[in-house]
Amino acid sequence: MSDYNFAYLDEATKRMLRRAILKAVAIPGYQVPFSRREMPMPYGWGTGGVQVTAACLVPEDTLKVIDQGADDTTNAVSIRKFFARVAGIATTEATAEATIIQTRHRIPETPLTEGQILVFQVPIPEPLRFLEPRETETRTMHALEDYGLIQVRLYEDTARHGEIARAYAYPVRVEGRYIMDPSPIPKFDNPKLHNAPALQLFGAGRECRIYALPPFTRVESLDFEDYPFTASKAAGQTCAICGAEDSYLDEVIIDDAGGRMFVCSDTDYCATRCAAQAEDAA
Amino acid sequence: MYVAVKGGARAIENAHRWLADARRGDRDLPDLDVAQIREQLALAVDRVMAEGSLYDPDLAALALKQARGDAIEAVFLIRTFRTTLPRFGASLPIRTDAMQITRRISATYKDVPGGQVLGPTFDYTHRLLDFTLSDAKPVPAAAEAAAPAGPVPHILSHLGAEGLIQPEPAEPADVPDLTRAPLAVPAARPLRLQALTRGDEGFLLSLAYSTQRGYGRNHAFVGELRIGYVRVAAYLPKLGFEIEFADILVTECESVNQFQGSRTQPAQFTRGYGLVFGQSERQAISMALVDRALRARELGEETGTASAQDEEFVLSHCDNIQSSGFLEHIKLPHYVDFQAELELIRKPRRDAYAGQEAAE
Repeated sequence: MSDYNFAYLDEATKRMLRRAILKAVAIPGYQVPFSRREMPMPYGWGTGGVQVTAACLVPEDTLKVIDQGADDTTNAVSIRKFFARVAGIATTEATAEATIIQTRHRIPETPLTEGQILVFQVPIPEPLRFLEPRETETRTMHALEDYGLIQVRLYEDTARHGEIARAYAYPVRVEGRYIMDPSPIPKFDNPKLHNAPALQLFGAGRECRIYALPPFTRVESLDFEDYPFTASKAAGQTCAICGAEDSYLDEVIIDDAGGRMFVCSDTDYCATRCAAQAEDAA
Repeated sequence: MYVAVKGGARAIENAHRWLADARRGDRDLPDLDVAQIREQLALAVDRVMAEGSLYDPDLAALALKQARGDAIEAVFLIRTFRTTLPRFGASLPIRTDAMQITRRISATYKDVPGGQVLGPTFDYTHRLLDFTLSDAKPVPAAAEAAAPAGPVPHILSHLGAEGLIQPEPAEPADVPDLTRAPLAVPAARPLRLQALTRGDEGFLLSLAYSTQRGYGRNHAFVGELRIGYVRVAAYLPKLGFEIEFADILVTECESVNQFQGSRTQPAQFTRGYGLVFGQSERQAISMALVDRALRARELGEETGTASAQDEEFVLSHCDNIQSSGFLEHIKLPHYVDFQAELELIRKPRRDAYAGQEAAE
């Protein structure tokens, strides 16, 4: 252990965070302001997610941390090590074994189950921010359910590009009320938000906001009847390692001649499939 | 094949070892002593204390050493340490009129009761490199004068006695704390001042400069700038009396700005206020100008396009720990999102080429 309190934050701070989380769970999709603390990693590097995780952790927990779907990306390693050091909890790379999963930019391919908590790191929690930079304005828009602006923007996309030109951080509507930014996950992951058995928590440290999707919440990606939402990924490709057709793929450039391969972004999913294939072959 | 995302843990460890090695530099040279930094790079230490929001010269010097002299990185180290400290309560307001003055100037009066004291300032030095500093040579001590007896009242209080400057509202009983509650806009002036005093010096300097150049113009005089030690005391309810526990160095600036008056109020001077830990007068003057600019709405002045008058803009962007963190996070991998963007841009291009070929 270390000289710090369990999971780094003092108990009073954790209580403040838990109150914010409870409020967020009570009002799905609503951004609850909270008094964030300076964390030992920079703002923009997952401080919101880290604070939410710290508030949720108990000594019996098993933590998984992913960035871009992978357990071995530098920032995921850094955050996992941080909690191993300041909380002394068990860590894992297996989605099914984790009780808490902190993630940046992906939802694991393996379906989550009841009792699991998925913590998203959020850079800009406000889905209307790029239409209206002022918090005073966007807060009012949410309060009045005044979402015309974003509908018009999506309509303009269809007029200009023939489709809604959003590839990630694709806005969703929660239980028919609040429009919510699902964090910069690819829109491929959006359907996993809907009716998920796990508790999904979103932490934005720099912007002092926490929001939540309680288990089994209705989450709809914004679209139009004639331009329905589609969850897209690399067209016509399969994973070069495990052969998966249903997973989100990263494109890896492999030589100077522009050669490329596609591999699962979710490293645990890929490794699990490879292990199963090896077992079948044996 | 899959090396692109593998080996993160080992890479981090090696990078940290390399950093520690680079920080130490040439081993033939003596290791830099923290006390040396505190004494000889005192203004860097002061900046770290001000923006780190923690008055501790030794820790600030240590942070500078650890950060290889990077001020914002040092501020970051201090902030994350500060946030773990227990908070016993608030001190009583410091009395800057009872300051032990090391520097005190006014640009509005030629002479003032208590006198003008230039103190240890770069002002009026010629910015010529002093090549003799390369060699350690003894520096003679400066002559000392007797400190003025008794408090030195603020220069602006003389204007106040005549009713020429707007009096400040009495202090609210419960002062909000920026570090304990999320910042909500519109923010009360105490919160704004808290954000400004720990705000990035460069950002505040540029904003203050922009008001001088006409973006939200309101000409400011430096009514008074004073630097010196003040005593910090706290009231302990259990003991039933006050105790003094520290002397801290602060810089205070009061600007005098015009106010045209309105239907309900006669013309009067108004004040911008800056107070910063340490000897940080660029920050204190900038803070005073920005504080005054942010009062535009309250005073019913015309506001429009000037960033310095825009409270949400200033308060959301003045903190260099937030801004540098978010700026630098774009160094982190973004390939999942970029992959999604690739698909988004490839599809219409495929469709467009298919359309062209069909037409041919």
